[in-house]
Amino acid sequence: MTAQDTTAQGGGGGERLYLLKVLGPVHVWALGVGIVLVGEYMGWNFSVGKGGALGSLIACWIIGLLYTCVAMIDSEVTSTVAAAGGQYAQAKHIIGPLMAFNVGLYLVMAYTMLEAADALVVGDLLVQVAAETGYAALDPKPFVVLTIAILAWLNYRGVFMTLTVNFVITAIAFIAIILLFLGLNPWNPSESLFHKQLLTDLPYGWIGVVAALQFGMWYYLGIEGTCQAAEEVRSAGRSIPLGTMSGMMTLLIAASLTWFLASGLLPWEYLGQSGVPLYDTSRMTDSNGLQVLLFIGTLFAAVASANGCINDAARAWFSMGRDRYMPIWFGAVHPKYRTPFRSIVFLIPIAVSFAFTGLLDQVITFSILSGLLGYTFMSFNVVKFRNKWPLGTIKRGYVHPFHPIPAILLLTLCSATYFATFLGYGTSLISIMIFYIVASVWFAMHRYRFVYRGDQFTMPWPRPIGH
Amino acid sequence: MQKRYQPPRQSGLGQFLDCVFLLAIVYASLLAPIVLDFGGGVNKHQVDMVQGEQVTWEALGQNEVMQAQWQKLGYDAEGAAEIITSRFDYSIDPLALVITAAVIIGYFVFILKVSAKEYRDVIRENFDTD
Repeated sequence: MTAQDTTAQGGGGGERLYLLKVLGPVHVWALGVGIVLVGEYMGWNFSVGKGGALGSLIACWIIGLLYTCVAMIDSEVTSTVAAAGGQYAQAKHIIGPLMAFNVGLYLVMAYTMLEAADALVVGDLLVQVAAETGYAALDPKPFVVLTIAILAWLNYRGVFMTLTVNFVITAIAFIAIILLFLGLNPWNPSESLFHKQLLTDLPYGWIGVVAALQFGMWYYLGIEGTCQAAEEVRSAGRSIPLGTMSGMMTLLIAASLTWFLASGLLPWEYLGQSGVPLYDTSRMTDSNGLQVLLFIGTLFAAVASANGCINDAARAWFSMGRDRYMPIWFGAVHPKYRTPFRSIVFLIPIAVSFAFTGLLDQVITFSILSGLLGYTFMSFNVVKFRNKWPLGTIKRGYVHPFHPIPAILLLTLCSATYFATFLGYGTSLISIMIFYIVASVWFAMHRYRFVYRGDQFTMPWPRPIGH
Repeated sequence: MQKRYQPPRQSGLGQFLDCVFLLAIVYASLLAPIVLDFGGGVNKHQVDMVQGEQVTWEALGQNEVMQAQWQKLGYDAEGAAEIITSRFDYSIDPLALVITAAVIIGYFVFILKVSAKEYRDVIRENFDTD
């Protein structure tokens, strides 16, 4: 019996079960933007703290370029390797098992830590609103646990409903940003926004701009999560590139608007450390309507992100369990709902416990760095992919243009972002790298012996060139 | 033709211990900068105000609009001072930078080398066995 035969069984029957193919481009957009949009509501502004408001804007554009490379490369590889686990499945087929194990861990850690940060935002927001309305001693923990529990139940019951809900609340959160923009007379910005008086020179000079790249990633972190749905979309070759690229455009618009509004109303020193910067921006407008709207927007963005993170982290963990990279018990599909139910349930208390450590900076840095390691992998993954199976040798759903320029640019920008993390968060960087090194040695020395070798390559492709 | 590799069966206890190990190293890496007293992994310091200087909006370098926005947020000059004077320390220790770069590059070299060896087994078993 192979690993897949065993693990794909659901509740004890012998029938082989698969995840359902029910998703379209709208769901792919909702998954990608849903995870990321919370980054416009919080987290991006720490880049203002590291490099000033203008430094943050430059970082937003540079990192936008990094993510455009990610979206282009990912669209090609994922539309060809259409399997649950996204980049994890790509690494398995293109580079090898240890790389795949690491990529799986990057995904699980990036999304679980992001989910923890989302939970912290929900808590912070409720505490702030409670204080404003006279309930100063609100304990946010029960609300955080309840929110995560409801989302876990939704994920447990099925992917179609999960991502349909995500589409609705993500759209509302996006519209809230647009309405805040319209509510501040963008056709006459000097009346309601104070860029001229609030914007300062670069407080740290250009090194601050480089340092700001670290949290500049928060504007877009997780858009590559669209690939996690590859096994569940009806047409991967069409839906993944369409959903990912339209998601990237949505985020570029949202990021620009967010920076424009927040930097025009908040002093940069405050903005650089705020827990809920867009909500704080709405507080400065003297409009109760906009304040309520941004409260809802922040809440929905955090919930949508947590929802998408549960979906993606569980699928990456499930895929690793199915392949025995992690215990095989996690590789089961629910016999009725066709969801990776054990992985969903297992990761929930872990995310909540990360949230309750209170180490928001550490948690966010862990998430960002895990994402960054994944993007570094993508740069050489696509080069190896083109070398092992040149154009024309296998059917690709999408071919990205200008290869290898996006790969080279991506690797260069990733290197700059490692340096940015070193500036100010060097100890965190080293401690997180040591985690991945220890985990890799553990996999190579211990875990890999439980893995079926031949089953790691399941695509109907010819033998790779050079092997 | 080669024989297919047959992995051993892992017990329930073994699976449980593997999960515990992975979780333990995640928490260790999150908490290490705190436990080892590295300032929580963040390198920040407070900018000293001039000795004897009163904390005023002017001394903090805030113009009238900035001052009005701080006050709207609920801060007076003293409350805002801690946030305004907090700064990252971007001085670079060359040795620390070299070590960090070596760790990241060494990590990827190790992963790619071991993966390449494992990948050869995968391809051989997938294409050369019955």
